[in-house]
Amino acid sequence: MGSLADTILIIVVLLNLALLGTGRLRPSIRLVAAQGMILGLLPLLVSEHGAGLRLALLAVATVALKGVAFPKLLYRSLRSSNAKHEIDPVVGVTASVPLGLLLLAGSFWMASRFQLPAGVEVASNLVLPVALATILCGLFLIITRLQALNQVLGYLVLENGIFVFGVALAHEEPFLVETGVLLDVFVGVFVMGIAIFHISRTFDHIDVKQLSRLKD
Amino acid sequence: MRFLPLILALILSPLMRGIINRTKARFAGRQGPPLLQPYYDLWKLLQKGAVYSTTTTWIFRAGPIISLAATLVAAMLMPLGGWPAAMSFSGDLIVFAYLLGLGRFLTVVAALDTGSAFEGMGASREVFYSALAEPALLLGLAAIAKISVGGSILSSLSQMHSQISLHLWAESGVVLVFVALALFIVFLTENSRIPVDDPTTHLELTMIHEVMVLDHSGPDFAFILYGASLKLWLLGALIVGLVVPSSGIWVVDLLADLVGMIAISVITGAVESMMARLRLVRVPQLLVGAGALAVLALVLEYKN
Repeated sequence: MGSLADTILIIVVLLNLALLGTGRLRPSIRLVAAQGMILGLLPLLVSEHGAGLRLALLAVATVALKGVAFPKLLYRSLRSSNAKHEIDPVVGVTASVPLGLLLLAGSFWMASRFQLPAGVEVASNLVLPVALATILCGLFLIITRLQALNQVLGYLVLENGIFVFGVALAHEEPFLVETGVLLDVFVGVFVMGIAIFHISRTFDHIDVKQLSRLKD
Repeated sequence: MRFLPLILALILSPLMRGIINRTKARFAGRQGPPLLQPYYDLWKLLQKGAVYSTTTTWIFRAGPIISLAATLVAAMLMPLGGWPAAMSFSGDLIVFAYLLGLGRFLTVVAALDTGSAFEGMGASREVFYSALAEPALLLGLAAIAKISVGGSILSSLSQMHSQISLHLWAESGVVLVFVALALFIVFLTENSRIPVDDPTTHLELTMIHEVMVLDHSGPDFAFILYGASLKLWLLGALIVGLVVPSSGIWVVDLLADLVGMIAISVITGAVESMMARLRLVRVPQLLVGAGALAVLALVLEYKN
C-alpha cells in the first residue's frame, strides 16, 4: 500500500539489526522503545477507512506504553542492578548481526511460501517477512543474551513482531483484543522489572547463567 | 573523448584531498593550506631522491609502482557524469574491486618487506579491515546492478551509472540510500579516513595506512600519495555516480557529478572534524554494519 508503511517496516528491520549489534543495555532499551513507538503508527497507515478515533486512541496508547512507560520501568530496573552491558553472550555482539541477516533472509524465504487464508489481503508485501524476522530476532535475543534485562527486551521485540503480524492479518483487530494484549505485555514487563530488581538485590548481578545455582 | 573521465580523474584527484584538508581547517577555525597543496607536495617529492634500506629487496621498490599502475587501470573503468569509462565490459565492477585489492596487496607486501615491526602491524590491520569492507562493496554493487540493469548482476559500471534516474530514485530510493551509506563507509575505510584510520596521526602504534608507507621516500612516496588520491577519487566517483540521477544531457551530468565530488569531499572533511576515531575493536562492528546494509538492500531488491 503506502510506501510510508514500507518505510516504517524497513526501519523496524534496521532497528532489529542495530539491537543485535548493541551490547550496552541503555542504548538497547532506547532502540526497543523506538521500535515500539514507530510500530504504534503502523495501524493508522494500513487501515482502509482512514484513521478513526478508535485507531487513534489505540496508537496513542501503544506509543505511550511502549515508548514511555516501558523504557521508564526498564531504566529503573537497570539503575537498581549494576549491569551496564552484556558480558559474554552466547553469540558475540558483532557475530549476531550476520546471523540476524540470515534470519532475515530466511524470513523472506518463508514468507514467500506462506499460504494466507483466502480473502485476507496483506497491506504491503513486506509485512509478513518483517513480522517473521522481528519474531525470530526477539527469540534470538532471548536465547543468546544472558543479562535478564536483555531477555525482557527480547520478549518485547517478539511482541512487536506479533503486532506486525496482527496488522498484516486483520486490518482492524477488535479494539478489545488489542488493548487486552497491550495490558498483558504491560503486566509482563512490570512483573519482569520487579523480578530483575529482586534478582539483583539478592545476587548483585542479573546474569541468568548464574541463576542455576539458586539452591543452597 | 571516451577518455574524459580518466583525464579528469588524473588531473583533479589530488584536489579532493585539498578540499578535505581545507574543510577540516575551516572546522577548526584555521585558514588551512592552499587548495593546491597536494600538487605542490607531489612536485616536491618528485624532485627528491629515494633512500632504500639495505634490508629491503626489489619487492619494496616494485610496491609503489605496481600499486599505482593497478589504480590507474582501475581509473580506466570508472565512468563520470554520463560519459562511459575508457574501458567497460560486463562484470567490470569485479575487476575494479580487485584491481584496488591488487594495489593494496603490493603496498602490504612492500611494508612487510622492510622487516619493521610497526609496518607489519599496520599491514595486518589494513588487510583485516579491507577483508571486512569487501563484502559491503561487492554486495552493494550487486544490489545496484540488480535494480538498475535488471536481473543481471554482471553489468558494467558505466551501464549502472547511466541507469540511475529520478524514476529509479522514486521506485527504489530506500535501496539506493542503503547502498550509498554502505559504500560511504567502505569509502572512508579504504581511504583510511576517520572513523577507521586517522590520516594525520603521527604515532606508529595507532596508524594503519600511514605506517605502511613510512619507509618510502621521494618519488616512491609521491607515487603512493598520488595512488591514494586517485583511489579517493575513484571510490568517491563510484558513490556520486550512484546517487546523482543522470538527466541525459552530458554537460549537466558532468557538472552535477563534479559538484557531487566536491560535496563528498566536504562531507568527508566534516565527518573527520566531528567524529572521533573508533576504537580498533569497534571498527569491525562498523564494517559489519555496512555489510548488513548492503545485504538488506539486496534482500529488499530480490523481494520486489
